[in-house]
Amino acid sequence: MLRVIVRRLLQLVVTLIGLSLLVFVWLRNLPGGPIEALLGERATPERRALLVKALGYDQPILVQYAKFMQRLLTGDFGNSIRSGDPVTEVIGRAFPATIELAAAAMIIAIGLGVPLGYLAARHRGRLLDNLSIAGTLLGISIPIFFLGYLLKDVFTQNMHWFPPSGRISTGVDNTNVTGFFVLDGLLTREFDATADALWHLILPALTLATIPLAVIVRITRASVLDVLNEDFVRTAEAKGLRHKTIRGRHILRNALLPVVTTIGLQTGALLSGAVLTERVYNWGGLGTLIYNSISGGRDYPVLQALILLAALVFVVVNLLVDLSYAFIDPRVRVR
Amino acid sequence: MQASRLKAAVALAAAAALAVGASGCAKSERDDDSGAAKTGGTFVFAGAGNPKNFDPIFNDDGESFRPIRQMYDTLVQNKPGTADLQGALAESWEHDPEGKVWTFHLRKNVKFHDGTPFNAAAVCFNFDRWFNMKGAAAQSQMIYYSDVFGGFAKNEAEGVGEPVYNKCEAKDDGTAVVTMNRYKGAFPGAFALTALSIASPEALKKYDADTVKQNGDSFEYSAFANEHPVGTGPFTFGGWDKAKGEITLNRNPDYWGEKAKVDKLVIKIIEDENTRKQELRAGTVQGIDFPAPADRKALAGEGFQVLDRPAFNILYLGFNQKNPKLKDLRVRQAIAYALNRQALVQTKGPGGTKVADEFMPDTVLGYASDVQKYDYNVDKAKQLLKEAGAENLTLNFYYPTDVSRPYMPNPQEIFTVLANDLQAVGIKVNGVARPWNGGYKDDVQQFGKHDLHILGWTGDYNDPGNFVGTFFGRGKVEFGDQAMTEMFDAITKADATVDEAGKKAAWEQVNRDIAAKWLPAVPVWHAPPAIVVTKDVKGLVASPLTDERFNTVSVG
Repeated sequence: MLRVIVRRLLQLVVTLIGLSLLVFVWLRNLPGGPIEALLGERATPERRALLVKALGYDQPILVQYAKFMQRLLTGDFGNSIRSGDPVTEVIGRAFPATIELAAAAMIIAIGLGVPLGYLAARHRGRLLDNLSIAGTLLGISIPIFFLGYLLKDVFTQNMHWFPPSGRISTGVDNTNVTGFFVLDGLLTREFDATADALWHLILPALTLATIPLAVIVRITRASVLDVLNEDFVRTAEAKGLRHKTIRGRHILRNALLPVVTTIGLQTGALLSGAVLTERVYNWGGLGTLIYNSISGGRDYPVLQALILLAALVFVVVNLLVDLSYAFIDPRVRVR
Repeated sequence: MQASRLKAAVALAAAAALAVGASGCAKSERDDDSGAAKTGGTFVFAGAGNPKNFDPIFNDDGESFRPIRQMYDTLVQNKPGTADLQGALAESWEHDPEGKVWTFHLRKNVKFHDGTPFNAAAVCFNFDRWFNMKGAAAQSQMIYYSDVFGGFAKNEAEGVGEPVYNKCEAKDDGTAVVTMNRYKGAFPGAFALTALSIASPEALKKYDADTVKQNGDSFEYSAFANEHPVGTGPFTFGGWDKAKGEITLNRNPDYWGEKAKVDKLVIKIIEDENTRKQELRAGTVQGIDFPAPADRKALAGEGFQVLDRPAFNILYLGFNQKNPKLKDLRVRQAIAYALNRQALVQTKGPGGTKVADEFMPDTVLGYASDVQKYDYNVDKAKQLLKEAGAENLTLNFYYPTDVSRPYMPNPQEIFTVLANDLQAVGIKVNGVARPWNGGYKDDVQQFGKHDLHILGWTGDYNDPGNFVGTFFGRGKVEFGDQAMTEMFDAITKADATVDEAGKKAAWEQVNRDIAAKWLPAVPVWHAPPAIVVTKDVKGLVASPLTDERFNTVSVG
């Protein structure tokens, strides 16, 4: 097991270095760039030349890359071109927001998806099953942007149940401890801040949860159906075990393996969904940051760090999925 | 099991709603003291993007200037709602006959937010600070300073020439004398530029404002710029919560002018335009900027105040004369006649948009009422093309996507209408759409890949040089880098004329010649951008220069 982990970590390092070079060169070859954004509309060619020189963009790209790597090895990701804040600080601010949103969405998706999928499989071909199939089709195919605006229109503009955007209301005092607003309120005993943050979290989390929810329902349903036909389930029933035991230990435990894989894969999809969801709800997380760093004038340092971070998360999540197999399925452990 | 989980969720949501409802009640009780022009409370305005920082001199964009304008003052300022000048930190000013020596008589008993006195020494400290700024990083970010004063004590850039600024002397506490090496038409208007706001010398020194560190391929600004901006303005800096996306400014009780009516001003950053509108409707913000033309009517119908700013901008269709066909004046005139700008204004312009005949609004000195006009005339356009032997003309027409500018709220729609007009006279148009920051500005202003393009400008101060001089005062890739020396010389001369009557006459002639003889581009329209506030907001004066100061604003 340890050997597997070490090997995977080495692979990770190599992957990240290769990716960093690719991303570095690719970004700089995209049309447009930070120079225009920094200069605005009022700059003369002399100013432009000065800025190009000041930023070192007049040097060969490999020299620029070498300097970037040199700084990176000392843990310096550089600063955001737009704000001048250290990239680590910029990402550190956005990261908790996205994790909070993604975790809430995942809790909704798993909490509703697994039971729904199980029930649909147990009631195969009946109304509940058909409803869940139709619902998941809709959930997978509806564009997040559209859904976000739709939910917002109904629940904020017409019903006024929820706030239209943001993570917390203006005027609610909250002390920033971890950056997770819901948690911070609990830690600092500012419970109204926690309540307000939760109230802001509901709609965006629902929006972001639709796709993973639909996927989890379908996979769970299919997987449970597979397991139901297995011999050991029949044996367990024949042995006269209690339903609860059969459901928990035999069916669900065996059916969950593909579901766990899916949850891992959905984490990546969650990040791309977060870009759109955060835009709609002005969430101020990594999604917003990605969007702004691209459209707001190609903030190279931020984009580089974000892409590397995404790769890192992706690989680590995959590793965790593989490891969790071992806990769920003893056969993997033996191998 | 599932049911109980659902119940818990509902309970939680209900608790949250109750808590928020309760805090809402508490708020409304607090604000409920009757009176005509309400004082106190909070004015929340939606910003469309993060400011860069709060050091005026290093900024050149509206999102940064919005909070900066509330915290700082300039020597002279624009009269609310106009582009005319009035006293601010300087009560009055005069210049010598050559326009080189500017004497400012300063307002007395003004203090910076840190309690230090505002006086002539402070004014000179600021001017000298700008002029002596060192380092490529810092100088490259001083766009407005460079625009007005040209160069620095030690220039990092090539080919800048002699700086305009010479020195500043504090004659006494109340008199600052700024000496220039030469006169520019930009004065005194440029002294009202937000970028040239006066900051506290003590705070500038204490928080190391001049240090713009370069780290890799980006810049890091000082604690002054990020956390401790200190000016003399009606609001003081309260904080910038970047996680929340909110900038808080507090009422300055010692302000020299009209003290702020609200206790607090919050600028809440919401990047998505639709979301800004929804927040306005939900009442969580009381003001938004630059609504889309299509939304204006709807918002007004819902009872919001849609305040039109007097149009102080220009949209133009530019020619790249690198294309030999476009070098021919007759072809350029043909295109001007081919455009049905009146129809464009009526179908795509925000309410109050006017067809432009010159490259500046008619409120600017030097606007000539008798320039050659190019009214829509298909026959004339075709005839001119025939005369020029350019009947089978094919042109690459560049236009930007994913951007909305005050003078160009809907570039794609504008392009479509103009391209149709051109096709109607037999010109074949290849539309090339490029993202604003992802190639459009580069392709047009750097590489000159286009034949035609649309672009424009919002004026910074009331001076023809800021419009016409900016566009056509020198060779630019955008227009084919043509050596139209006659035009450049005429503009340089007009800009250097000190005497008001002479200046007016010179610029009028420039505008006549641009229309009849040179036609480097076609002026399209002047579009008034709007600012929208809720019903209960009073006292906001819309400014043609987007120079709104919120000290006059009351809520409720």
